[in-house]
Formats: sequence, C-alpha cells, structure tokens
Amino acid sequence: MSLPDKKGFFGAYGGRFVPETLIPVLDEVKEAFYRFKEDEEFQKELAYYLKYFVGRPSPLYFAERLTSEIGGAKIYLKREDLNHTGAHKINNTIGQVLLAKRLGKKRIIAETGAGQHGVATATACALFEMECVIYMGEEDTRRQALNVFRMELLGAKVVSVKTGTRTLKDAVDEALNDLILNYKDTYYMLGSAVGPEPYPEMVKYFQSVIGTEAKEQILEVEGKLPDYLIACVGGGSNSIGLFAPFYDDREVKMIGVEPAGKGLNTPDHAATITKGTPGIIHGFKCYLLQDDQGEPLPVYSIAAGLDYPGVGPEHSFYKDSGRAQYVTITDKEAIDAFIKLSKVEGIIPAIESSHAVAYALKLAAKLDPEQTIIICLSGRGDKDVAEVAQILGK
Amino acid sequence: MNRVAAKFAELSVLGKKALIPYLMAGDPSVDVTLKMMEVLEENGADLIELGIPFSDPLADGPVIQKATQRALKNGFRMSKLFPLVEAAVKVISLPIVLMAYYNLILQYGTERFIQEAMEAGVGGLVIPDLPPEEAGEISRIALECGIALNFLTTPVSTPMRIKKAAMASTGFLYLVSVRGVTGERRSLSLELPVLVKKIKRVTSLPVAIGFGVSCPEQARELASLADGVIVGSAVVNRMVNDNPETSYREVGAFIRSLRQAINKEDILKEQRTD
Repeated sequence: MSLPDKKGFFGAYGGRFVPETLIPVLDEVKEAFYRFKEDEEFQKELAYYLKYFVGRPSPLYFAERLTSEIGGAKIYLKREDLNHTGAHKINNTIGQVLLAKRLGKKRIIAETGAGQHGVATATACALFEMECVIYMGEEDTRRQALNVFRMELLGAKVVSVKTGTRTLKDAVDEALNDLILNYKDTYYMLGSAVGPEPYPEMVKYFQSVIGTEAKEQILEVEGKLPDYLIACVGGGSNSIGLFAPFYDDREVKMIGVEPAGKGLNTPDHAATITKGTPGIIHGFKCYLLQDDQGEPLPVYSIAAGLDYPGVGPEHSFYKDSGRAQYVTITDKEAIDAFIKLSKVEGIIPAIESSHAVAYALKLAAKLDPEQTIIICLSGRGDKDVAEVAQILGK
Repeated sequence: MNRVAAKFAELSVLGKKALIPYLMAGDPSVDVTLKMMEVLEENGADLIELGIPFSDPLADGPVIQKATQRALKNGFRMSKLFPLVEAAVKVISLPIVLMAYYNLILQYGTERFIQEAMEAGVGGLVIPDLPPEEAGEISRIALECGIALNFLTTPVSTPMRIKKAAMASTGFLYLVSVRGVTGERRSLSLELPVLVKKIKRVTSLPVAIGFGVSCPEQARELASLADGVIVGSAVVNRMVNDNPETSYREVGAFIRSLRQAINKEDILKEQRTD
C-alpha cells in the first residue's frame, strides 16, 4: 500500500492547503518524522516509554458476559482506557514529543476540545521538561474546568480562545497562528489524524500500535483474524490506529461510528462522513460538514471528543473506496451503551467510545457465535459520569 | 495581458508604485464596502484587494478575523459577492483583486467561480491557502478568462518555492513581509531589502508587499523596495465606527497619507535616477 502519496494525499483527500508561511514548518516536521521513524534509537526510546510510562500493551479483553447477553458474535475490547491518562491520546503525544525533542524544540503547543488531548500533551511535556501551551476555546474551558486544572497541574499554560465560536475549531486556528509566529523553537502537537501533511500520516503511525497489538492478540486467542473492527470517529485517530494495520486483510470489515447527536435530521450532530461533502478545513481536504457556500457548520455531540466538522483524510478515502463503512449512533444510544457496559462488564467507557460499543451491540446480535468483533475502547468514562448523571436526572 | 498585470505595467511606465488597500466584503455592509471602494479610488489607491469572509481564516490575524465575523453576522453570503463587484466596476476603474480561501471557491465550483468573476469584472485573485502545486486546474481556467492569479511568498520560502510561486503568478507576487498572520506591526523586517533582491533575481513579476503596514512611513519604506504595497488591517481598523461617514473620512485621510508618502518615494527615486 503506497498511501499517502508524496504530497500527503489519500486518494482525493489530505494534502496541504495552508498559507505559504506554514510550508517550511511542515517540511521540517515531515523530514524529521520520516527520518526518525527509521531510526533505531528513536524506536527503542518510543518502545520504552510506551511500555513503562503508558503501560502498553493494553489488554484485548474478551467481554464474556456482554457476549453471552447479546447472544451473537464474540465481543473483544481493546482496552485503550487502561493507558496512563485513560485514553489512546497518549500514544500519539509520546511519539510526537520524542520527535520534538530531536528537533531541538523547547516549547510545545496544542489544541484541545474536551481537554483529553490537552492533558495527554501536558503529560508528555511534563515528562520531557518542555514548555507547554494549550489552546482551548473559552466555551470549552468553562465546560471542562477540571481538565483545565489538570493541565495546569501538569505544568501547562492554558490559553482560553475568545475568537469565533470559542470552541475546538478556533483553538486550532489560534494554535496555527502561534506556530507561524514561533515555529523556530515551537512544535505543534496535533491531537488527531487530521490537519495538513504530514500530520494525518504521523498520528496514524503513532496510533497504529493499537491495531498492531490487537492483531497479534486476537491471533493468539482466536487463531484467526477478527470479522469486524469497530471504533468511534471524530477526527478519527483511535479508529485509524486500529484499522490501518488490518488494511490489507480484506476479510476484516471495518466500521467507523460517527456521532448522530440528537438525530441526523436535526442540525445537532457531527456525522461528518455520513452527512458531509468534500471540502477543506484546517489545511487539508476531507469530508466536511459545511453549508452550500463552503462555511463549516456548527457541530454537536454529547461526546466532546467527536465534535469536529471535519474528519481524517484517510477515513474520507476509506469511505470512497469502500474499505470501511461508516455508521452513526445517537446521544441516547451512546448513553444506553455507556450504562450497559458499566453494569455488565464493570467498565465505564468514555462517552466517545460508547458510540462504538452501541453499534457493536446492534451488530453482534445479528452475527454467529463463531464470528468476532474488536471494539476500540478508546478511553475511560470517569470524565463523563457527572454529565450522564445530570442527563439521567440523578 | 490581464488587468492586474496591465495596471502594474502602466504604473511602472509612470515610475509609480502601487498602493493596494484591502477591504473585507460586507464589513459592515455591502453598501459601505461599495462606497468605500470609491473612497479608496478618490484618495489614490491603484488596485483594491477585496476579502471574502470565511469563518476559518488560517492566514489572518485578529483584525481581519473580526471583520470576517462582522461581515458574516451582517449576512454577507457568496451570492452577494459578484453583484457587489458588478456595482463597483460601474463606479470605479481600479482593478479588483479578490482574496478568497480555497474552500469557498471549491464549493462554488472552480469553473463557475472564475467564469462569474470574469463576467462581473474581477481583475485578479489571491487564494492564501492554495499552494502553487495544487493550483493546476484553477490556473488553467483563470488564464483562459484573463483573471490574474497572485501567489504568496514569504521571508522563509526557499528559492525553489519563490520560483514556483512566481511561475504560477500572472499578476504580481504577494510577498508576506513579516513572519506570521496579517496585522499591523510596529517595525518591518530588516531582512526585507535582501529578500526582495533575491526574489527579483528569479522573477521579473511585480512584487507587492503586504502584511504589517501600519503607517505612511512604513508604506514609503516598502514602496522603495518593491512595486506595490498592500495595506489590510490598518485600513480595516479604521472602519470600526458606528457611523459609516466617519469611516469614509478616516480611511480616506489614511489612504491619502499613504499615497503622499509613497509619491514622495517616487519623486526621490526620480531624482536619484536623474
């Protein structure tokens, strides 16, 4: 497979649609990424921190009670929720901080929506003594005050972004502006498999540890490849991390689950691939929720981590080529799955990951007991407990 | 020759430097933008750069971002763009250069956008988030329609990239004078004279310098180095008034002061060459 091409395109998607000032910055990151990816010392250090700091490999857990209750395919959970900091985001930030260190950068900047990537970035920066600045929409800093404190505790400076809609999209714009001005000593740590080349490929590379491990683990216990891979898709980093190592295994079906929010026939969703059209946002081409004139639309999901009007270019390509299928789950279905997994397996999943669980439950019921499903349980749900309690009127 | 290139050629014959103010279309209203274009012409502008509001403006600083939000909030839509240009070319004779983020053009349809731009009387186009290597299709159509494409280059661009931008440009080369996004700066980059020389070695295109001009003195300094000066945020900043009449007066006076400063440079240059 020779994706992406030399200019960072996955089929028609990806590439670089950025102001000229960013080109040399991206060139520097690209050159370093492809160089160090092949560097033995780099790989050794990455493996060390993934094992001893993040706690990898994460288990592939057979959800036995859930499986018997549904009465269909065997359900396995790839437990990214057990990573240090409680989600898959840390896989990427450890990888990128090692790269930034080799580039001689002293200062890391990042955007964050709900704060998960911000916390993972702040963690990596604390570990490697980097100055850390996190851009977060003012609206999000209010909604996620605890995560703001967490980042500050880890030594990061959180900048509240007061432009535009004061959410993730504007935080990305501000981070990019900072990068253009300060790129000599600053590294931009993008949190999802989105953005201009080389970010989608690089984030996928660091997240592919999920799929690589899962493949080994399922072969060990089942002696065969899984029938289905299921993961939630916001920007799409946990899903592409699970999917990509199975790309050439054509018999393995991949399903990305997008947030239908309050319903696909309402404006309150973030089902980018399902309802969007090709466009450009934040410097790359992808499916995009936009109006007929090309303005990005406001998006909504109960899961702040899925709340983005664009989506990774590789997912956009998988959609067109048919390699993966993209489906949706509403807020309500996600909450039901959140409760179900907590009660039946004693695992409280992130509300983002609950979208994947919800779809898997529907699908498993229709399959045979010989078939297997791997769900990427991308994060743990402690952060969502208060909100779910509120919704349930508790 | 397209209208933008023709304008630069005409100015060059006269020994003059181009003054190119920037306006955001529809900020605060289409009527004010239209009237303001007349004010710009009356006070000595040579071309007008007209920004199209887009809510995800990667290349713009806070002043233009706010103008974007005002224009969008006040109901500016793409459907109002070409009627505005059509109305403008009836009352002013300056070439209009649109600044459009690429997604706006893609969603409109590249061919349709260029076609309608031509029919409305647009002179040229700046697409800040479109690198020259992705511009194949739009370059071909723009060339057919006589619309000038103007690419950006920066102080950190390699000679190879400067060449690429110059080869793809058919009007002028847009030199970003300061690293970063648009916005006024107190002092201009010291490396600029060297940089302009470097650019002039690889291209004979006119070079217009933008991003960061805040006062007549800077405009004069930049005009001495290049073929034109683009002034954006400093103009837009003078339009944040409750009364449009105040904006016309303030912007008019500002443009006049820039023109005089640039002309002084032209005269100095003439004397030097005499």
